[in-house]
Amino acid sequence: MSRVLIIAEHLNGQLNSATARCVSCAQALAAESIDILVLSDNADAIAGQAAKISGVSKVLSLSHASNAHPVAQVLAPQIVEVAKAYSHVFGPSTTFGKDLMPCVAALLGVAQVSDVMSVESAHSSKRPIYAGNAIITVDAPADAIVVATVRTASWPAAEMSGSAAVEAVSVSAALPTHTRFVSLQQGKSDRPDLQSASKVISGGRALGSAENFSIIYSLADKIGAAVGASRAAVDAGYVPNELQVGQTGKIIAPELYVAIGISGAIQHLTGIKDAGTIVAINKDAEAPIFEVADFGLVGDLFQIIPELESQL
Amino acid sequence: MKILVGYKRVVDYNVRIQVKPDGSGVITDGVKLSANPFDDIALEEALRLRDKGLATEVVVVTLGPADCQAHIRNGLAMGANRAIHVVTESAIQPLTAARVFMKLIEKEQPGLVLMGKQAIDDDANQTGQMLATLWGRPQATFASLIAIDGEKAQVTREIDAGLETLEVDLPALITVDLRLNEPRFIKLPDIMKAKSKPMETLAFADLSVESGDFLNTTHYAPPAKRSKGVMVKDVAELVAALKTKGLVA
Repeated sequence: MSRVLIIAEHLNGQLNSATARCVSCAQALAAESIDILVLSDNADAIAGQAAKISGVSKVLSLSHASNAHPVAQVLAPQIVEVAKAYSHVFGPSTTFGKDLMPCVAALLGVAQVSDVMSVESAHSSKRPIYAGNAIITVDAPADAIVVATVRTASWPAAEMSGSAAVEAVSVSAALPTHTRFVSLQQGKSDRPDLQSASKVISGGRALGSAENFSIIYSLADKIGAAVGASRAAVDAGYVPNELQVGQTGKIIAPELYVAIGISGAIQHLTGIKDAGTIVAINKDAEAPIFEVADFGLVGDLFQIIPELESQL
Repeated sequence: MKILVGYKRVVDYNVRIQVKPDGSGVITDGVKLSANPFDDIALEEALRLRDKGLATEVVVVTLGPADCQAHIRNGLAMGANRAIHVVTESAIQPLTAARVFMKLIEKEQPGLVLMGKQAIDDDANQTGQMLATLWGRPQATFASLIAIDGEKAQVTREIDAGLETLEVDLPALITVDLRLNEPRFIKLPDIMKAKSKPMETLAFADLSVESGDFLNTTHYAPPAKRSKGVMVKDVAELVAALKTKGLVA
């Protein structure tokens, strides 16, 4: 039977919902137990949040001054010490998990399965390659620990109605000091988080300028949506890069995705194809975005957006 | 300082890959092959560091079949001083690739290793991190800015929350993201010049690398298709449709 360890992601004392999505993936294994490991300089409060995730057996709280900021080469040796008691170690397929989990796999001398989108059995899963143009079924050896990142857009967040036990743990691993956190420059925003929002409004190059992008923010605020962007809009400097949606940006699965002035390059579509309902607004009726949109509207976005905002 | 650059050959990013009808793989016959776009950025960064006098030599490393030579020549034409080609006819997985790079690091003793953050074929995003781990050296992934300062580097990383800056001791491994730079175009005279640059060829089997190819792909399938929806004629119709689905109040 599978015993799964999930590495919690958190920032500024708040647990990231990606962790609860990893729990859903672990549940698909019909696991015997699902434990969460929280690494921080002061892990207990975050461990308390993780303990509320339904389906979790136990939360391991690992506090260490070196864990104030998540540095992969510092976290990995600690995780490996704990991981040896498990059959599976999962992390989210966010930049946090992508950075960290291969280090865990390398220390354990095992392969990593990246971006698990569905589970076939304890050692078999499906994942996308070629920007999602092919889905492969991958078997990992049954006699080794399975290290994997979980494609968060493929899994719902588990409910928050649990009450797992929290257990403090310590490890003896020697931790490197060759990598030091300097700063984190965060986009300041009161809007919903792009990765977990149920509604997302994205703008593309057709907005034409950073100033014009304000109509996207305004519409998003009207319906309580997060704001995203195409790579073209990010590269043109209209919005900061953490808003980029697509193969090399964020892969998201909101209930409602509204693409405004985005033509729909394959790399962008990869990031949104799990969205519940896709709305496309574009002046070019031939734009590829209309091939995947549930509702399409052809026209000038500078007329349509204010009208849409007033009618919502 | 010597810089090693991972320089993988992949199916060109403009190719829309098709899955074979029997699910045994993807169709790569006759498909255009190019450098992994992220690796081009890694090579460009290495060349710029050399141009600034911060590096003395740039070595491109390709793991791939014997017919990768034209691809490697492109890396030399872009400006690398020399190339190492580890010849392997079968595809290798990230852990094995990291172990191969580790052998090369032992031999070459680079001050910096640069790689793309992921290859756009297997989208694994693992090799750099695994290599840093095996090497026991710092890693800074998803770099959008690299500043070398003596024995250290400050690296700005594109992460989900924003831009994180790490300070790493050298030698270190850095994987690069899209916005680090724009790679130069290769000019014809450089292609001619590249022909005389040294290219070392090593057989994978001669490196005595323990294989880490533990994953077995049993089936390939095309992705589930979204069906084309409906075109609405105006904003009022769109709003009505969204209200019917309960997506807006």
